[in-house]
Amino acid sequence: MAEAPRMPDETGVPEMDSYLHPVLKKNYGAWSWHERPRPGVLHHVAKSGDEIWTVRAGTQRQMDVYTIRKLMDIADEFAEGFVRFTIRSNIEFMVSAEPKVQPLIDKLTEEGFPIGGTGPSVSMISHTQGWLHCDIPATDASGAVKALMDELHDEYTKEEMPNRVRITTSCCQINCGGQGDIAINIQHTKPPKIDHTQVANVCERPTVVARCPVAAIRPAIVNGLPSLEVDEKKCICCGACFPPCPPMQINDPEHSKFAIWVGGKNSNARSKPTFHKLVAAGIPNNPPRWPEVSDVVKKILQAYKEDAKDWERIGEWAERIGWPRFFEKTDLPFTKYHIDNWRGSRATLNASAHIRF
Amino acid sequence: MTKPMRDTPMLDQLESGPWPSFVTGLKRLAKDNDMMVDLMGQLETSYETKKGYWKGGTVGVIGYGGGVIPRFSELKGEDGKPLYPAASEFHTLRIMPPPGMHYDTNTMRKFCDIWEKYGSGLIAFHGQSGDIMFQGCNTDNVQPAFDELNEMGFDMGGAGPAVRTGMSCVGAARCEQSCVDEGRTMRMLVNNALDDMHRPALPYKFKYKVSGCPNDCMNAVQRADLATIGTWRDDMKVDQQEVKAFVADKGRKYVIDNVITRCPTQALALNDDDTLEVNNKDCVRCMHCINVMTKALSPGDDKGVTLLCGGKRTLKIGDLMGTVIVPFHKLESDEDFEWLEELATEILDFFAENALEHERTGEMIERIGLTNFLEGVGLDIDPNMISQPRTNPYVRMDDWDGEVAKWNERSVAQ
Repeated sequence: MAEAPRMPDETGVPEMDSYLHPVLKKNYGAWSWHERPRPGVLHHVAKSGDEIWTVRAGTQRQMDVYTIRKLMDIADEFAEGFVRFTIRSNIEFMVSAEPKVQPLIDKLTEEGFPIGGTGPSVSMISHTQGWLHCDIPATDASGAVKALMDELHDEYTKEEMPNRVRITTSCCQINCGGQGDIAINIQHTKPPKIDHTQVANVCERPTVVARCPVAAIRPAIVNGLPSLEVDEKKCICCGACFPPCPPMQINDPEHSKFAIWVGGKNSNARSKPTFHKLVAAGIPNNPPRWPEVSDVVKKILQAYKEDAKDWERIGEWAERIGWPRFFEKTDLPFTKYHIDNWRGSRATLNASAHIRF
Repeated sequence: MTKPMRDTPMLDQLESGPWPSFVTGLKRLAKDNDMMVDLMGQLETSYETKKGYWKGGTVGVIGYGGGVIPRFSELKGEDGKPLYPAASEFHTLRIMPPPGMHYDTNTMRKFCDIWEKYGSGLIAFHGQSGDIMFQGCNTDNVQPAFDELNEMGFDMGGAGPAVRTGMSCVGAARCEQSCVDEGRTMRMLVNNALDDMHRPALPYKFKYKVSGCPNDCMNAVQRADLATIGTWRDDMKVDQQEVKAFVADKGRKYVIDNVITRCPTQALALNDDDTLEVNNKDCVRCMHCINVMTKALSPGDDKGVTLLCGGKRTLKIGDLMGTVIVPFHKLESDEDFEWLEELATEILDFFAENALEHERTGEMIERIGLTNFLEGVGLDIDPNMISQPRTNPYVRMDDWDGEVAKWNERSVAQ
């Protein structure tokens, strides 16, 4: 008799209790205030008087078991056996005694993990899977992030920006990366190249037709084969047709380029959440270090760092000085493509006499 | 004995520089693992040709219809055989972490042992939706790897047209600004919908995110179909002694320039005696002043949540922010949590029945209108749901009197 297969134990999200540092557990829901004594370190004080120091360090996010074990050894020897991760893949070590902070920092630094990412820093770049693992990407994610964080390492560790800078990347226009102060996203510039011999074999054609945001796809007989055709005048080259129909190849080594978006903000602080806005495009996709992307991002960060007031996020700074001045200060070109023509776009036009000179 | 390492001149360039290098990690794994040798070969090829070589497929575990991300390599030699055979199957298991992504070192080491045994040894902490991503194992190893992780008390995350893994901030575990038990909330929302997570049958994905305050560190408003944001409805708490200490330390100008004038509704004033005057009626709980003066200011005591619905990224109508569907509700007692559980179920059911294929909740609301959605899930309209009333007159209003009567009834009831 064949053994019955093991059915899953559908336990769902585990309870956090056994994973919490004891001081966090004891003071759950009863914290009083916090401060940042130095870059990369948070100091929280509970209503009970208990204190906890958190040391935040950058990681690769894509981690091999040796790196993870090394971090856990550090957590056991120099911290108190409990860690957590942030939404941007920074690792945090919690210790309940201040004298433990410096040796922990020293050890992490010695092992190559940068300390920072708190307060007004450029934190680790939120990213996805890219060529390492995704079935859709036009570029790599971990590589681009490694290259850019090498350039921005000081901004991670020194925490000298006017306010926090959240950078994200997306390797295609599905945009798995979220909104960011700066978003570095692929922008395809040509319609898909269709392999008509494969479309009927691989694709559910009505699904693909429905997927197009501008209804540019229709079924057609091409070279005697049932396939799909794209109205290239309508096509916005977004690549939405590619995931349900891989024979509609949207990725192109030359024509899939990078665009930079600026001004996204998730927090409600001072101003409501905002979407990021297109500021640069046409940037070549050049592994392994994508220097052209770094150049533009660094230009933007420099202008922001020099000109923004304390606590202003990049988008708030741009709104205060006005977008024309943003383009001036960052020396980025303004083109017809910056003017929105999607649904609801009239609201983005300047319907006033508010002009800065 | 492992295969000889491939030449990876482009990837090698990502080993230099101060940021920790994932390439160094890949190479270390490749020393003992053929799968990683071949993975690096494929990745290097991608860097050379600027093309990806993965395709999806159907791989899963018994009892679940989703949660494994199948990856088969399309990179073939001229003979039609996989060029990098040891990495020709490189699937990922999405596993849900504890709320707040807390771990003890033993658990992390067990994860490493399991993944070294069954897979590539490459784990991402975490994916964009909050999963632990155990990346890289062949089809045969998916089930036993999952079984061992499941035995540890962890369960599969969401993928496909399903409820996805949720996220909650560090919140009450460490943050004094927390206004709700974020971990309990997220866990309740997701565990209430496990059937819709593990047996994908929704029109499209559905995400829950919980942030303990309007700083929204989990980016819930933008990224969640149902966003829970902790807040308070009574007066902000002010420790005037600490305010004075802050002013003494930073100076009046700093406080005026960075706190008083930054309030979006001009609800703050700095008195001549260096104390803070707060017009709580105008406070919109933006968190800025509290962020700056962490010792002097904190959220009020009458805490609860604001719920927003409809956040999503670009495809197919463009990015949307979630919008308010519940301005305030308590979330402390078991009854409160039951209320949220029932509402979340209503919303999920309404989405399941009314959204088109591949349509997100926000897109559905855009298509049918907010008032139809609210009616459909049993929520009352509220002026806090709008930034401004309509600016166009193109609507049929012959039931005006009836609607006014409803409003008056509600006002009396409150």
